[in-house]
Amino acid sequence: MTSTIDRGAATAVVTPRTSPPRSSKRPGARHGRRHGFLRSSNGKKAVMAVSGAVLVLFLIGHMIGNAKLFLGRDTFNSYAEWLRTVGEPALPARTVLTLTEIVLAAAVVLHMWAAVSLARRAAKARPVKYAAKRKSQAGGYVVRTMRYGGVIIVLFVVWHLLDLTFGVVNPKGFAATPYDRVIAGFDPSRWWVTAFYVVALIMIGLHLRHGLWSAFQTLGLAGGRSRHLLNAGAAVLAAVLVLGFLAVPIAVTIGAVK
Amino acid sequence: MNYTIGDPIRDTKAPEGPIEDRWDKRRFSAKLVNPANKRKLTVIVVGTGLAGGSAAATLGELGYKVKSFCYQDSPRRAHSIAAQGGINAAKNYRGDGDSIHRLFYDTVKGGDFRARESNVYRLAQVSVNIIDQAVAQGVPFAREYGGLLDTRSFGGAQVSRTFYARGQTGQQLLLGAYQALERQIAAGTVEMHTRHEMLDLVVSDGRARGVIVRDLVTGEIETHLADAVVLATGGYGNVFFLSTNAKGCNTTAIWRAHRRGAYFGNPCYTQIHPTCIPVSGDYQSKLTLMSESLRNDGRVWVPVRKGDDRAPGDIPEDERDYYLERIYPAFGNLVPRDIASRAAKNVCDEGRGVGPGGLGVYLDFADAIGRLGREAVEKKYGNLFEMYERITGEDPYTRPMRIYPAVHYTMGGLWVDYDLQSTVPGLFVIGEANFSDHGANRLGASALMQGLADGYFVLPTTLGDYLAGGPFGEVGQADVDEAIGQVTGKIGRLLSVDGTRTADSYHRELGKLMWDYCGMERTEESLRKALERIPELREEFWNNVKVPGEGEGLNQALERAGRVADFFDLAELMCLDALHRTESCGGHFRAESQTEDGEALRDDEGFAYVAAWEYGAGGTPVLHKEELDYEYVKMTQRSYK
Amino acid sequence: MNLTLKVWRQNGPADSGRMVTYQVTDVSPDMSFLEMLDVLNERLILEGEDPVAFDHDCREGICGMCGMVINGVAHGEQRATTTCQLHMRHFEDGATVTIEPWRAAPFPVVKDLVVDRSSFDRIIQAGGFISVPAGSAPDAHSVPVKKDDADSAFDAATCIGCGACVAACPNGSASLFTAAKITHLGLLPQGQPERDSRVVAMVDQMDLEGFGGCTNTGECTAVCPKGISLDAIAQMNRDYLKAAK
Ligand SMILES: Cc1cc2nc3c(=O)[nH]c(=O)nc-3n(C[C@H](O)[C@H](O)[C@H](O)COP(=O)(O)OP(=O)(O)OC[C@H]3O[C@@H](n4cnc5c(N)ncnc54)[C@H](O)[C@@H]3O)c2cc1C
Ligand code: HEM
Ligand code: HEM
Ligand code: SF4
Ligand code: F3S
Ligand code: FES
Repeated sequence: MTSTIDRGAATAVVTPRTSPPRSSKRPGARHGRRHGFLRSSNGKKAVMAVSGAVLVLFLIGHMIGNAKLFLGRDTFNSYAEWLRTVGEPALPARTVLTLTEIVLAAAVVLHMWAAVSLARRAAKARPVKYAAKRKSQAGGYVVRTMRYGGVIIVLFVVWHLLDLTFGVVNPKGFAATPYDRVIAGFDPSRWWVTAFYVVALIMIGLHLRHGLWSAFQTLGLAGGRSRHLLNAGAAVLAAVLVLGFLAVPIAVTIGAVK
Repeated sequence: MNYTIGDPIRDTKAPEGPIEDRWDKRRFSAKLVNPANKRKLTVIVVGTGLAGGSAAATLGELGYKVKSFCYQDSPRRAHSIAAQGGINAAKNYRGDGDSIHRLFYDTVKGGDFRARESNVYRLAQVSVNIIDQAVAQGVPFAREYGGLLDTRSFGGAQVSRTFYARGQTGQQLLLGAYQALERQIAAGTVEMHTRHEMLDLVVSDGRARGVIVRDLVTGEIETHLADAVVLATGGYGNVFFLSTNAKGCNTTAIWRAHRRGAYFGNPCYTQIHPTCIPVSGDYQSKLTLMSESLRNDGRVWVPVRKGDDRAPGDIPEDERDYYLERIYPAFGNLVPRDIASRAAKNVCDEGRGVGPGGLGVYLDFADAIGRLGREAVEKKYGNLFEMYERITGEDPYTRPMRIYPAVHYTMGGLWVDYDLQSTVPGLFVIGEANFSDHGANRLGASALMQGLADGYFVLPTTLGDYLAGGPFGEVGQADVDEAIGQVTGKIGRLLSVDGTRTADSYHRELGKLMWDYCGMERTEESLRKALERIPELREEFWNNVKVPGEGEGLNQALERAGRVADFFDLAELMCLDALHRTESCGGHFRAESQTEDGEALRDDEGFAYVAAWEYGAGGTPVLHKEELDYEYVKMTQRSYK
Repeated sequence: MNLTLKVWRQNGPADSGRMVTYQVTDVSPDMSFLEMLDVLNERLILEGEDPVAFDHDCREGICGMCGMVINGVAHGEQRATTTCQLHMRHFEDGATVTIEPWRAAPFPVVKDLVVDRSSFDRIIQAGGFISVPAGSAPDAHSVPVKKDDADSAFDAATCIGCGACVAACPNGSASLFTAAKITHLGLLPQGQPERDSRVVAMVDQMDLEGFGGCTNTGECTAVCPKGISLDAIAQMNRDYLKAAK
């Protein structure tokens, strides 16, 4: 029952262990091995923040663009036209718009990829749930809507594109001008579309309420007092975006814009 | 209980010559181990507090193969983490007249002339390097606006030499040592075994060669062998059940080593800390210290009148007795711990105590808040005030704190020579576990200093000297088997009694007995009573304790029972030591030996020695005396008036 | 006061575990939460039952050993308090109290309320230190440190490694713990040489241990007994982005 281990100068008899020592490191848990930016939780977070920021910038532009609707059919249509022809003749038609669309698509894909992979990591990190309802200590309502809120937003965008971009579900179809599509899409008879937009935009608002300052935090740009400012700023910007966007469908539905 | 007198200890291995040169001389004379051989030498370090953590990290860095053990789930949780006040060092950054010599002098005097001069001098010398080391590791000590380190004056010192990190100095220093240790673990030089409790020492061929430990998670009994063993297992204040120590602090490691031949030095020297939160009920499981630094700004008082039960705010200034300022005008609220504790006990014995049971005195910050403003007070002591509020439900900003003395630190421990080696060759003891450099009383902020001095600087040198004398040959299997037999036998016995009382209830009773009979004040009568009662209680314990469960797997009740069993044996030796030392000195106050005005009266003729107890085979301990010579500090009656 | 306790009992890592209900009577409001459990355990022992295993040591809120989820909140609802410092005066007579261990894959349950937090030690091993062999340090005053930096470093350094942040985080993330150490060392001049390698290694280790990623929900800082701020996480993120470039 004894074995001998050699220790050079001294030799000692030891009783072998019956079980392997609990090693101080887990298998695979080797430090010092860089495993890449995109595979690290911090890297994924950064991707989420940057892609989210791109989407936010788009939203701001989009909202301002939408507001031109109040300036009348021609202004709005020529704005839509301009979007497609900007840069001409130096650039072929739709270059800028296509580029924007590519960036947007990429942002959405990256954003979703990061969100999904972080959510899966989180699920693995807590395989057993608490029996008592875990009470949020940080006022986390908004925060907890991030994931399913995101899904609702995607569904909304799909609908929205089918409706106003491709005209598939729009009464006026693809052939009509953008202005007409909007007026037709939010026709009072289609109040449920407007209602769906309202719900979706509230989700977007909540998403941004958290997402806006969260992105700063993720990128390490929040700290101390600036966190409180950012937090307040996020609330304001989220509210402005929601109200700004909703102005159009509501105005159409109640007949203020025809 | 009887004892016999053995040979005195003549050689402590301290070099001769001027005291300033002794440590240099020792360092130079110490043999070195060839770097290639270091890798082949295994050193076991039990304990990961300031002493053990710093030692294991340093030995690992030097290239030894280190095995480190602690009973907690992480080395970072060692009890050193709880130290609040600060750490002394003779840096003289303030230019207020501090020097190595003064720190040395203060420590020897503070210890009531019962510490070894050579050791204390070395401690003062090394103190300077500790601060450098800690700062380089990133310990966030308090700083001033100029960016330089801040210091404060602390318990019994008239110079400002205490470095601190708010009220969490021990935590920050320990994290420094812990991080250095983790770095070595990652580097593969230290093998860490957490949740392992040392239950016996393996001695083979007269040398300490290993430990028997229990894996607290699986219950498995393991043997670990090495070329030398270092014990850094902390103090044994928990023999009193209620103390400021963590719940797990125990004597098991050093007591087992004592049974295997290591002498136990001055077991009766216990420090009672004056500023703790008073006991609130009999369910209480531990006492909480309020850092001594509070005495820098807080004023201690009790009502002049006996049984005055008005709210503190309603007692007018002239009906308050600021008794420390009154009796000790020179030091006032800053008198050393032993003095402050006894003074509190005295006023409470007079019936002037406050709070439940009259066991408390006020520590009042009204003046400080008036003088410095609430914000400044909050900055300095915020976390302590918060802790007080948590525990008592009272707000110390508006109502004075109630405090009372509690067991805090044990100056006694395993006897070691100048090299920190015990009487068992190859067994080194560092930190609070050894009988230490503090004599009969420890000054505030010097335990952290000693633990780190031992671990970072002293041990790595002297241990190398010992190891260079190897190789020491094979460890006898019979010695290992015998030790394993002891351990498994004891566990088996504890589990098989199946009586009617829990180990905790015995521990509580033992603690009460020790506090009443061997506490702040001891008399021949009380100690004799204790010596009669302890064996009876122990007997009952072994026949009537109930330990549930089994030896396999995590069994916290079993862990506790094992510790309580050892406390019984230690308690007996403490009382015997206290009984034999008929003088009063430092933390050891024999009521029979006091001056006219009630101060401790030493008997330098009779007792200027370290009492080193050898475990008696037939149950009779043997007393070996190490005479203390004072060449550099003249023995005087301590006076803080 | 009298309480109904619902306690998670699990006889080892392999056991599936269950909630068990106990009644405790005569609880004093001055007791700490752990003292209340002591009373329960004394009784269980005498009744021949297995006492509830839980970790604890200092019982004064500094060692970080204690920790349980009480009524769904790590360390209980009292803010900035460890379980050992939580007192029964904050509970109502007759209340039902649910007690569970920290839940996270990198904190496997050892028994009942005891979990294995060695993953935290390994995160520190990855880089949570400043490399300085004993005896090699320059004089402490050779490097002045701005008081604000020293104070902020201290604030971060007060983390006790209890793991409540992980227990509370909906993602099971160890970001607050890891960030606290990175911030502590990163704010000091002594910590600069290893700053970049430290943050990358520690974040990687955190991932390897199986902790989740942070989505800035802030639950961690709300339960943290030492009030470690989200600033630490921002600092970690900033350092990581800079170092990983
Ligand atoms: C509340 C409080 C405040 C204090 N404040 C100060 C202060 O301000 N300044 C100051 O100088 N001093 C202070 N002290 C004293 C000082 O903290 C201690 O004396 C010192 O930290 C002891 O350090 P150590 O390394 O010797 O032991 P500890 O830190 O107690 O470490 C003991 C180690 O041994 C391990 N261990 C114990 N038994 C076993 C066993 N059987 N098997 C395996 N491992 C074991 C433990 O796991 C632990 O790792 C304070 C003490 C207390 C209680
Ligand atoms: C495709 C569907 C979407 C999903 C599944 C999704 C999901 C998420 C999730 C899980 C987060 C992290 C939450 C957190 O940090 O707590 C997040 C963050 C964010 N999202 Fe989205 N989101 C989606 C769409 C959007 C859109 C359309 C925008 C912008 C208009 C957006 C902007 C942001 C921003 C700015 C952040 C903050 C990034 C950060 O925290 O670092 N997201 N999103
Ligand atoms: C509620 C008010 C909104 C209105 C009235 C509106 C209107 C429109 C219109 C008219 C178009 C077509 C433009 C064109 O083809 O030239 C469009 C495109 C688009 N909208 Fe909206 N929109 C609204 C909200 C949103 C929101 C909240 C989002 C995102 C979350 C969004 C995302 C998009 C996208 C991605 C496109 C396609 C852009 C492209 O093809 O490049 N919209 N929107
Ligand atoms: S950050 Fe706070 S909650 Fe997390 S381990 Fe440290 S002290 Fe505990
Ligand atoms: S709760 Fe979790 S999500 Fe981030 S902010 Fe704290 S780690
Ligand atoms: S027991 Fe130490 S923090 Fe609670």
